[in-house]
Amino acid sequence: MLELKGITKKFDGKVILDNVNLTVQDGQILTIVGPSGAGKTTLLRCISGLSPVDGGQFRLDGQAFDPATNRDNDAVIGVVFQDFQLFPNLTVLQNVTLAPTMVLKKTTAAAEQEARELLKRLNLDGKADLYPYELSGGQKQRVAIVRALAMHPKLLCYDEPTSALDPDLRKEVEQIILSLKQEGMTQIVVTHDIPFAENIADQMLRVEPKQA
Amino acid sequence: MMTYISEILPSLISGTGMTLSIFFWTVIISIPLGILVGLGMLTKFKPLTWVINVYVLLMRGTPLLLQLIFVFYGLPIIGIVFQRYDAALFAFILNYTAYFAEIFRGGLQAIPEGQYESARVLRLTNWQTLRRIVIPQVVKIVLPSIGNEVINLVKDSSLVYVIGLGDLLRAGNVAMARDVTLLPLALVGVIYLLLTAVCTLVLRRLEKHYSYWR
Repeated sequence: MLELKGITKKFDGKVILDNVNLTVQDGQILTIVGPSGAGKTTLLRCISGLSPVDGGQFRLDGQAFDPATNRDNDAVIGVVFQDFQLFPNLTVLQNVTLAPTMVLKKTTAAAEQEARELLKRLNLDGKADLYPYELSGGQKQRVAIVRALAMHPKLLCYDEPTSALDPDLRKEVEQIILSLKQEGMTQIVVTHDIPFAENIADQMLRVEPKQA
Repeated sequence: MMTYISEILPSLISGTGMTLSIFFWTVIISIPLGILVGLGMLTKFKPLTWVINVYVLLMRGTPLLLQLIFVFYGLPIIGIVFQRYDAALFAFILNYTAYFAEIFRGGLQAIPEGQYESARVLRLTNWQTLRRIVIPQVVKIVLPSIGNEVINLVKDSSLVYVIGLGDLLRAGNVAMARDVTLLPLALVGVIYLLLTAVCTLVLRRLEKHYSYWR
């Protein structure tokens, strides 16, 4: 269970997030919706530790933690970026196994075996040795999901997962997110795509732009 | 004609040795220094970036020939004396490091912020990120520009002539003046062409080696 208590974030004195409180139960999907500039992505960046917060507290399973400095414990939060940010110089398999071998100190063989199983599950059979430039947008996104899953996150965050994809691929993302939910993954999805959000959400958070 | 060529070839080859020695040591020392200075340009420590910027401005903004003359003929006036060869190497390394630093700075800045963030959420350390993700991408980006500078360096090395070092150009010039014939200079041209051709070939190979990803 992830809890946010009074999370506040400012940029140059301007308040972007003002006292945000929310709770995500294990295995549930929270969608964060709202117009551009409302702070959706900022909230996701705070949860995933890419931006430090100016006030408030995060709690994971009742334990307080600070995502921005959370390097060594295993309260892991995985992120699937809007533009995926695969490493172009590494193969699909290397993209997935890099962190498990270097951070979790798994053996190459163990990491590769797990990576191949995950790739297979997300319908990426036979893509292991390709480089990111050889993949379609949907395939890149699935690799990004596999790469995050390989670190065994307790929580998986997506930033605008439908925006870089063809409209007919939206259903596919929905299915992936819902199937991960069935396996018990807790997920947070930032999107401006309301119908998509409604299809997957257990809980929806609407953020509005702050008045200047 | 062949006998004449075989007569002057030994002196040209020994001149080529000097040219290659300047070339080799400048490349070996300037590229790693260029990486360090390039990284220094991107730090947030203002005094350091300011010093580096002034250094790069001076090195790129004044002729290498002036810098050579300054180091060898100028510095002794204030009591700093270099041997000819050391003076040449010192000036070349200072000058080329500035160019390489600019190239590496550009290469480092070309890596999107998202790559660092992506590595960060995977909890890679800064060093792991640099080694496995950033440096391989920077190398590929900078290779063509580095190649340009390396080929320039082969030809720029002929500037050491002005401080009296016996390089390839000087060997050819001496033979031309002594024997009143154009042949030595033509040969010098051919040897420079061969040297740059080899560099071009090696660089092509390297670029091809890195073409497996985009």
